[in-house]
Amino acid sequence: MKATAWMGADSVKVIDVPDPTIMNARDAIVKISTTAICGSDLHLYHGYIPAMRRGDILGHEFMGEVVEVGPQVRNLKPGDRVVVPFPIACGHCSSCQRGLYSVCENSNPNAGIAEKVMGHSPAGIFGYSHLLGGYAGGQAEYARVPFADVGPLKVPDDIPDDQAVLLADVFPTGYMGAEMCDIRPGQVIAVWGAGPVGLLAAASARLLGAERVIVIDRFPYRLRLAEEHAGAETINYDEADVLDTLNEMTAGRGPDACIDAVGLEGHHGNAALYAYDRAKQATRTETERPFALREAILACRSGGVVSVVGAYGGVVDKFPMGAFMNRSLIMRTGQCHVQRYTRPLLERIQRGEIDPSFIVSHRLPLRDAPKGYKIFQKKQDDCTKVLLTV
Amino acid sequence: MNRVDDVLLPELDGPVPATLPRALGLVSLALGVGALAAPRSLARLTGVDDSPGAQEVIPAVGARELVHAVGLLTGRRPAGWAWTRVAGDALDLTLLSRAMADSRGERRRRVALTTAAVAGIAALDTAVAIAAGRARRARARVIRMEIAVTVNRSPAEAYRFWRDMENLPTFMAHLESVRADDLRRSHWVARGPAGRHVEWDAEIIDDQPNRSITWRSLPGTRVANSGRVRFVPAPGDRGTEVRVHLRYAPPAGALGRAVAKLFGEEPEQQVRDDLRRFKQVLEAGEVVRSEGSPNGISVRQQAMQRPAQPLPASRR
Ligand SMILES: [Zn+2]
Ligand SMILES: [Zn+2]
Repeated sequence: MKATAWMGADSVKVIDVPDPTIMNARDAIVKISTTAICGSDLHLYHGYIPAMRRGDILGHEFMGEVVEVGPQVRNLKPGDRVVVPFPIACGHCSSCQRGLYSVCENSNPNAGIAEKVMGHSPAGIFGYSHLLGGYAGGQAEYARVPFADVGPLKVPDDIPDDQAVLLADVFPTGYMGAEMCDIRPGQVIAVWGAGPVGLLAAASARLLGAERVIVIDRFPYRLRLAEEHAGAETINYDEADVLDTLNEMTAGRGPDACIDAVGLEGHHGNAALYAYDRAKQATRTETERPFALREAILACRSGGVVSVVGAYGGVVDKFPMGAFMNRSLIMRTGQCHVQRYTRPLLERIQRGEIDPSFIVSHRLPLRDAPKGYKIFQKKQDDCTKVLLTV
Repeated sequence: MNRVDDVLLPELDGPVPATLPRALGLVSLALGVGALAAPRSLARLTGVDDSPGAQEVIPAVGARELVHAVGLLTGRRPAGWAWTRVAGDALDLTLLSRAMADSRGERRRRVALTTAAVAGIAALDTAVAIAAGRARRARARVIRMEIAVTVNRSPAEAYRFWRDMENLPTFMAHLESVRADDLRRSHWVARGPAGRHVEWDAEIIDDQPNRSITWRSLPGTRVANSGRVRFVPAPGDRGTEVRVHLRYAPPAGALGRAVAKLFGEEPEQQVRDDLRRFKQVLEAGEVVRSEGSPNGISVRQQAMQRPAQPLPASRR
């Protein structure tokens, strides 16, 4: 089959690889119809996530048709149309039973390596380095789905791929970012990053009853999407000081909750600060560029919530612990527990409460995946989200 | 109770190295007292009564024997004291060969008998010294570890799966097979590098249903090992804390290197990974596998996995 493979930093290729096979009784094989390039795939693309090997198949957002199931999978059959959550979760460990699917205790076969780096191992993730399991990803013609009796959600025929595939990651991730803010009536929510997750976090915050949503980014076309589809006010950090503007907009209170939908490869309006973290990252004395996180902590109202759904991999520098502690802030974080959200969010789509596909800007055939990575990386052609059709 | 006492291993803790040095100590004591109390009778008995200097040498030998006796009977560093006895024997044999050259007739016969007896004792001393030294080195090599995992299943379920010894290879990556001969005895085959096999017999020496299982290898194995697994209810209804206590002594030499590789360069990591797979089998019903990890799909191939180690600083 054809699959998109990581060939080294800033290099992906569509190559021929063997078809996946059933390895365990709870596996299914899915023939992929639509897959996507995620913002966090760009961290792999840039070589910031350790433990990638040349030839690893990328992709953790995908959907398609079940073509084969292992003997223990009784809820799916060949022909079912499914969307597959990006964290692989066994459904039976205590984390899974508490709904914390992205920290499933059983799904990372390389947990020993992850433990050395993170203390404990999170769940395995499709196509996301050997640290997180070494699973083949879904930017391919077929994918093997472990624990298929737990993760995949059957999608009705009247929901198009463009909406359904977003349930694999970015929609639930954005939604969880908003849900962690415990939004109450009258509240102001600020979102750093107007990429797919930030835009869907802003839209979800509206859905959950936020009074005002403020989105911070530097690309006018992305800010425009936030205004049009999430009813958000916007700040372009290349043009305005973010902290001053937020204080002014909230009459000195600060946003009630701040969502970091940026993660480890942030940008910053201040060239000197940007250079500092860029240099430290290049010399591996820190692994992240946490501008958005620092700013969210400083901006948040006292006693407010900082919700982190942007992806981080290692150690941050200059974390403003003084502000965080002295002002009684709460931080909530996590890779999305996608399995918890797929069905309720599908129902919201079916009821017409939200159409997440407003973030999709490009549809390319799988063979053009390298081009998709390039235009997404360079934000060419007003790119927000690339779907690959197989 | 968190401390687990070591399970005794016949190879390491058994009576062989402890009692023989003690017996030699008693022999030394008898010889030493005899030589000091009745040097003349001893000289006659051994046939050296007319050798020049025998009257001075015999009490000196007796004093030396007393020193050996004290060393061996206190039981500390038996290997070292046994070797000093061997040295003493060599000295005695030298003196006896000189006496033999000087003597004739009945005396010569007695000296020959004495020489034979001392040579026999020297052989025994050498054997004891080697055995005691080997035991001491094995004891120094002993690897012990206590590793635990929390499994979201009841102690009874965890116990039941483990108690069927033939289930062990499903999660212990280095084991090829375990055959239960009866309820207590089992035969273990582990697969080492380069197609080597290491086999041993083990017996369950304590079995407390739903609480703990204790086993040890039977005498005669070259890889003495013992272990105990306890199934403790985890607080807050979170299943079972499975606590494994292991002790094993890899032999020296080529087999030892094979055994060391068998357990991975980091034996603790290997056992931790085994326990993680035990948890996977009980909770998820299968050993979790991925295409790109542990270089394959079988448990055995997972055993060949590079042990976990901090990632290299730069992978760009
Ligand atoms: Zn993603
Ligand atoms: Zn789980």
